[in-house]
Amino acid sequence: MPTQNLTYRKAIYSALDKVLSESEKTVFLGEDITEYGGAFGVSADLHTRHPSRVIATPISEGGFMGVAVGMAMTGYRVVVEMMFMDFMTLAFDQIVNHAVNVHYMYGGQLTCPVVIRTPAGGYRGYGPSHSKAMENMLFGVPGLKIMAPSTVQDAYGCLLTAVADNNPVLFVEHKLLYSLEEAVDLAEIQPVPFGKARIVRQGSDVTVVSHSYGAHLAQQAVMELEDEGIDAELIDLRSLKPLDIETIVESVTKTGSLVCVEEGNVTGGIGSEITAIVAERCLEYLDGRIIRVGRGDTPIPASLASEGLILPDKDTIKAAIRKALRRL
Amino acid sequence: MSDILTLYKKTLKIRYFEEKIDWLFSRGRLGGTTHLCIGQEAVAVGVDNALSPDDYVVSNHRGHGHLIARGADPARLFAELLGKPEGYCRGRGGTQHLSIAHLNFLGTNGITGGGIPIATGAGLSIKLSGEERISVCFFGDGASNQGTFHESLNMASAWSLPVLYVCENNVYAMSTRFSKVSRLTDVSARASAYGMPSAVVDGMDAVKVSDAARMLAVRIRAGHGPALLEAKTYRYCGHSKSDARAYRSSDEEALWRMRDPVLLLEKQLSGLLSASEIETLRSRAVSEIEDAYQSAMLMREPGVHDAFEGVYADTESYVPQGNL
Repeated sequence: MPTQNLTYRKAIYSALDKVLSESEKTVFLGEDITEYGGAFGVSADLHTRHPSRVIATPISEGGFMGVAVGMAMTGYRVVVEMMFMDFMTLAFDQIVNHAVNVHYMYGGQLTCPVVIRTPAGGYRGYGPSHSKAMENMLFGVPGLKIMAPSTVQDAYGCLLTAVADNNPVLFVEHKLLYSLEEAVDLAEIQPVPFGKARIVRQGSDVTVVSHSYGAHLAQQAVMELEDEGIDAELIDLRSLKPLDIETIVESVTKTGSLVCVEEGNVTGGIGSEITAIVAERCLEYLDGRIIRVGRGDTPIPASLASEGLILPDKDTIKAAIRKALRRL
Repeated sequence: MSDILTLYKKTLKIRYFEEKIDWLFSRGRLGGTTHLCIGQEAVAVGVDNALSPDDYVVSNHRGHGHLIARGADPARLFAELLGKPEGYCRGRGGTQHLSIAHLNFLGTNGITGGGIPIATGAGLSIKLSGEERISVCFFGDGASNQGTFHESLNMASAWSLPVLYVCENNVYAMSTRFSKVSRLTDVSARASAYGMPSAVVDGMDAVKVSDAARMLAVRIRAGHGPALLEAKTYRYCGHSKSDARAYRSSDEEALWRMRDPVLLLEKQLSGLLSASEIETLRSRAVSEIEDAYQSAMLMREPGVHDAFEGVYADTESYVPQGNL
């Protein structure tokens, strides 16, 4: 396959097409994923390519999540699309009490290979129930794995890994990434392993850790700070759970300060956990500060202007980095 | 006759297993809680009688009867309830999270209504694979008020899935009488909302349950989609171990006990078995349960490895133990 300009959306589509083509025992469930093509256009024509295994469900998130668990326990690999991440709350019982427990609580007799794909995030003026990045809500749930790729290449490589895994995987796709384009050769993309972050930029002054769309904001911030003589190391987590602790610790040990960037709540966020790990593992190496950047503890307002004040942006990240280096 | 005898033996096994569990709790020898199915045995054995070994079963919090009817080894059930690694789920699931993969038993379930979509998903697997088997889901009148009930029966019907939904209407959802939370007399009336056939059966009579379940199962196996069976039954004990049963009268309890599943089967067997033969079967069942308990007591206690290992399944090397 030649190198081509591909969107993030099309990379997800291509990975789904590949896994559905490779095994009759893989199915894809979700709302409006057939003729409509998926609310964000990801599924497109998959239903014509795999007619009986791309199944449009009723609007029953809790119900079809449970159906996915039942199918996974009886020999299928299931990819579920939750139309908006916010709607996952309707399926939390099946995720938190059922899917993630299957392997452990049944003593290893059964597995639950389900991937929950979901468009997440704000910056679009959709208001409180259609804008959240809430991977932090499921971050502390044992038995779950979480991936949140930020690039086209990683979207493809991470989804292949997620579907091949024998455990439930939450797969976060930020809505603003769908139209991102990169030149890639799909045939050359290797599956991205769990627990392996990507160092986007090497640097020696400060460690910046982010994921998903936040990694792009952080990258802009870091590049602009080059002009101020700040040499930041940027880590894109890709896999949140398991977390690549070693890469983070190694980096902070070198730089001595840390900025965590995420779109979800600061309170109880991914950055809170990373901060705690860094405090446990490398406190003696810190000469700068630890700063968390994320959404304040408010719901997300529909007003684009207000939303822009509440969600992190390039400038808040830049300010946080200067603060971490005590350059304010 | 052989059919009724099988039903009777399984009913006794469930009754004595549950009585032993009750006894263990009363002496503080079991942790957690338990939900006994004494009084409801006929539903478990009757439905089981209509199933083939390949069929999937999903149960609920009151699931010991369903497990034993499907052929679970009481010793490994005791081990599971005692938290021992030789239990079916290494002692991790306990009473409310107990699966037996090689029996296609997908699990009891601690969330009211939580198993209904799972059984529906098993039905979708069967349909996509073109297999002969069916999926069976046990739940109570209480679960029929959960959203999962509506969502699942709707999907099963829309997609014509091979699922037999079995509602064990034991009158009370914990303490709440069904008549207080529904204008309907029968849960089965809800089936019509999904364009699904249903039947109501005397859930104290194992033979009648078996006949009704078989009738619906035949239809489901023939590819006509799901069905709902409602068995009218009664649990003699409280909802769980802490229930003083203040919400119902002893007269009501006595009325139901007059139609006890064990006694009904003995009546149906009279003329075929003598009183002493019945007595022999009973005492055999008692000692079988006692032996199972004693052997479970000898099994080892969990170590650190048993508690922490296996949160995640391996992806490269995992081989499922079940025949799913």
